[in-house]
Amino acid sequence: MTFLRIKDLVVKVEGRPVLNGLNLEVGRGEVHAIMGPNGAGKSTLANIIGGKPGYETVTGSVSLNGVELLDLSPVERAYKGVFLGFQYPIEIPGVSNMEFLHAAVNSLRKEAGQDEISTIDFMKKVRSVANGLQLGSEFLKRGVNEGFSGGEKKRNEIVQMLMLEPKLAVLDETDSGLDVDALRVVAEGVNQFRSEERAIVLITHYKRLLEYVQPDYVHVITDGVIVRSGDDTLATEIEERGFNWLAEA
Amino acid sequence: MPDSSLSATPNLLQRTYEAGFVTDVESDILPPGLNEQTIHWISQKKNEPKWLLEWRLDAYRHWLEMDEPQWATVTFDAIDYQDISYFSAPRGDKPKSLDDVDPEILQTYNKLGIPLHEQELLAGVERPEGRPPVAVDAVFDSVSIGTTFRESLAEEGVIFCSFSEAVHEYPELVQKYLGRVVPKSDNFYAALNSAVFSDGSFVYIPKGVRCPMELSTYFRINSQNTGQFERTLIIADEGAYVSYLEGCTAPMRDENQLHAAVVELVALDDAEIKYSTVQNWYPGDEEGKGGIYNFVTKRGSCMGKRSRISWTQVETGSAITWKYPSVILRGDDSVGEFYSVALTNNHQQADTGTKMTHIGKNTKSTIISKGISAGKSSNVYRGLVRMNPGAKESRNFTQCDSLLIGENCAAHTYPYIEARRRDAVVEHEASTSKVSEDQLFLCQQRGIDGEKAVAMIVNGFCKDVFRQLPMEFAVEAAKLLEVSLEGSVG
Ligand SMILES: Nc1ncnc2c1ncn2[C@@H]1O[C@H](COP(=O)(O)OP(=O)(O)OP(=O)(O)O)[C@@H](O)[C@H]1O
Ligand SMILES: [Mg+2]
Repeated sequence: MTFLRIKDLVVKVEGRPVLNGLNLEVGRGEVHAIMGPNGAGKSTLANIIGGKPGYETVTGSVSLNGVELLDLSPVERAYKGVFLGFQYPIEIPGVSNMEFLHAAVNSLRKEAGQDEISTIDFMKKVRSVANGLQLGSEFLKRGVNEGFSGGEKKRNEIVQMLMLEPKLAVLDETDSGLDVDALRVVAEGVNQFRSEERAIVLITHYKRLLEYVQPDYVHVITDGVIVRSGDDTLATEIEERGFNWLAEA
Repeated sequence: MPDSSLSATPNLLQRTYEAGFVTDVESDILPPGLNEQTIHWISQKKNEPKWLLEWRLDAYRHWLEMDEPQWATVTFDAIDYQDISYFSAPRGDKPKSLDDVDPEILQTYNKLGIPLHEQELLAGVERPEGRPPVAVDAVFDSVSIGTTFRESLAEEGVIFCSFSEAVHEYPELVQKYLGRVVPKSDNFYAALNSAVFSDGSFVYIPKGVRCPMELSTYFRINSQNTGQFERTLIIADEGAYVSYLEGCTAPMRDENQLHAAVVELVALDDAEIKYSTVQNWYPGDEEGKGGIYNFVTKRGSCMGKRSRISWTQVETGSAITWKYPSVILRGDDSVGEFYSVALTNNHQQADTGTKMTHIGKNTKSTIISKGISAGKSSNVYRGLVRMNPGAKESRNFTQCDSLLIGENCAAHTYPYIEARRRDAVVEHEASTSKVSEDQLFLCQQRGIDGEKAVAMIVNGFCKDVFRQLPMEFAVEAAKLLEVSLEGSVG
C-alpha cells in the first residue's frame, strides 16, 4: 500500500520553477534512493516534504497515509512521523544535544498521548544510540552541532532519527562528506531503523551507500521530474555513465 | 502552505504575567506627595535615630537641586513625584514572627513560590542532598514582613535582617557603610531613594566566614500609586563569602509605578560577594500600558585587596529598566564581574549595562551581556570600562551579544572605554544575530513547536550567564524567559 504519495508536484523558488510535475509513491517497508545532478531539485523535494518555509507550491499534493501534508505546519508533520535529515545540518549554540533530544522526544510522546520518558530510560537510550554512531557522551553535552565536524553533523542526524523513531525518513545526502568508517556506521544506523512499518527516502550521489543499504527502488531526478526509475542496477549505471545519457534517451 | 515564519504574525503579541495578582490586605498608605514633612513622617514611623533623619533630609535637599538623567535611550511621560505615595505597609505592628503574618500575605508568597517556612523549597526546586536551603527576607511594599533562618545564620555570626532592624540593632555598621559606595547625591534616583527609602535587606558576613546558605530577598509591590524605594547593604568582612539573590514581582496595573532602589556592596580584603537578580516586575500590557519603571542604582566596592564582586542579572520585567550594576575595583588584585541577560518584548525598554572602574593594581573585570529583543521593544547595552592612572596592568574583557526576534525591535550597544594607561588590556567582542528561520525550522521539524523552540534557542544564547546563577534561579530564569517570550512568534 502506498504510504507516501507525491502527485503532480510543481514548486517554485524565488519565482523560478524547480519541481515540474513530480510523481513518487513509496510504500511502507520500502527504501527508495533518489539520485540526480546538482540543482535537480532533490533538496527542494525533501524540504517540501518537511514543510520548510520559502517555497511556493503551485500545484500537486504530498500525502502520507492519506493525510495531505501540504496543509500541515512543520511541527504537525513531525507529529505525523515525518523526519528530514538535512544536507547541511545547522547549529543551535548553547542548546545541548541532550536537552534538544529530550524536548523533542517528549514533545512527540505528548502529542501521541504518551507519558514523558523517564530520565533514566532517556539517558540509556540516547547514550546507546550515540555510541552506535560513534559519538561519545561528550557530544551529547555539546550544543546541537556546535563546532561539530561535517561528518559528525551527519552522524548526529542519524542519532536524531533513531531517537525520534519517525515513520518516514527523508535523508538528504547524509552520506556526503563521510569517511569510509563513518559511512558504514551511518549505513548500519539506517539499516537498524529500516522496518516493515517505516519508509525511507535516501537522497545520494554515490552508489557506495546503496551497497550497504540495499534500496528497493532507485529514481533519477533531472530538472525537477523523475526521468527514470529502476532497481539498484540503475545506481551502478549512473556511477559509470553519469546522467546525460538519461536525458538523451 | 501554512507560514510558520517569525515575521508572519508580529501583532498577535500576548503574554501572561503570572505574578500579576493583587493581595487584598489593609494597608497604611501615606497620602501622595513629597516634602520634608513626608521624610520626617517616614523616619518617625520607623523610629529612626536623628543622624539618619538628617542624612535623609540632606539627600532630599540634594535631590531638589537635581534633574532626571536624560542620556538613556528610553522615553516616558514625565513622572509627577507629588503624585506618588512614599510609604505603604500592611496595617498593624510588625509581626513578631512569621506565624503572626497576615495569612493573605503568606498566601501571596506561597503563590509566588517563595518559601517563608524554613522547610519549604524555593521555586519548588528540590536541592541535591547536602545542599543547604535558601534564607529569605520578604519585603512587601515598604516593609520587611519576615526573614527566615535568622537564628541558624546568627550561630555563624552572619547578620541577615531587614534594613530597619539593622538601623536599631547594628547602628555602627549601618552608619559606617551607608552611602559609602553610592553617595546620597550620586544621581537623581539614588538621591530620591536616600531621602525616602523604606526597607530592604541588611547583610553582614564576619571575618573569615563563608555564609552557610544562600541569602535572598523577595520584593513585592502590592499597593497602588506607591513607589518602592528599598535599600540593600551587604558587607563582606575580610575573607568572607556570600551569595545573595534578589527577586521581584508586582500586580498588573494600568498606571506606571516607580521602583527606585539602591544596593551597596562592600567587599574587604579577600572577600567575595555574588549578587544575583531575577527581575520580573510587571512589564505592562501588549500595548505598552502600565508596568514598573525600574530605576535602580547598584554598585559594589572591592575595597579590599584580592576581593571579588560579581553581579548576575536576568532582567525580563519592567516597562522601563535603567540599571547599571557596577564595581569599583579599589583593592589591588580585585576582580569585578557582570553577567547579564536582558529580555524585552512588546513595548518594553531596557537601558542597562555596567561600569567597571579600575583603580587598584592588577585588577580584572569581565562583562558578558546578552540582550534579547522581541516585539516592538528596545534594548540597549551601555557600559563603561575605566582604567585609572594607578591601575597598573589591569584588564577587562567585554562580550556583548544581541539577539533579535522579529522585525520591529531594536538593539544597541554603547561600550565606552576610558583607558588612561598604556598597559591596560581592554578586549571587546560584540555580535548581533537573529533567531534564524533555519534554527526554528530544525526545532519544528523535530517536533518542538514555535514558542518552545524560540525559548530553547534564546536559553541557549543565554547559557553563559545562566551558568552563573544558583540552581533555583537558573531554573526560574529559564521558565521566565519562556513566559516572557510568549506571543513573540506566530
Ligand atoms: N532559496 C533559493 N533561492 C534561489 N534558488 C534556489 C533556492 N533554493 C533552491 N534554489 C534553486 O533550486 C534548484 C534546485 O535546488 P536543490 O537544492 O533542490 O538541488 P539539489 O538537487 O538538492 O542539488 P545538490 O545535489 O547540489 O544538493 C537549484 O537551481 C537552486 O539554485
Ligand atoms: Mg541538495
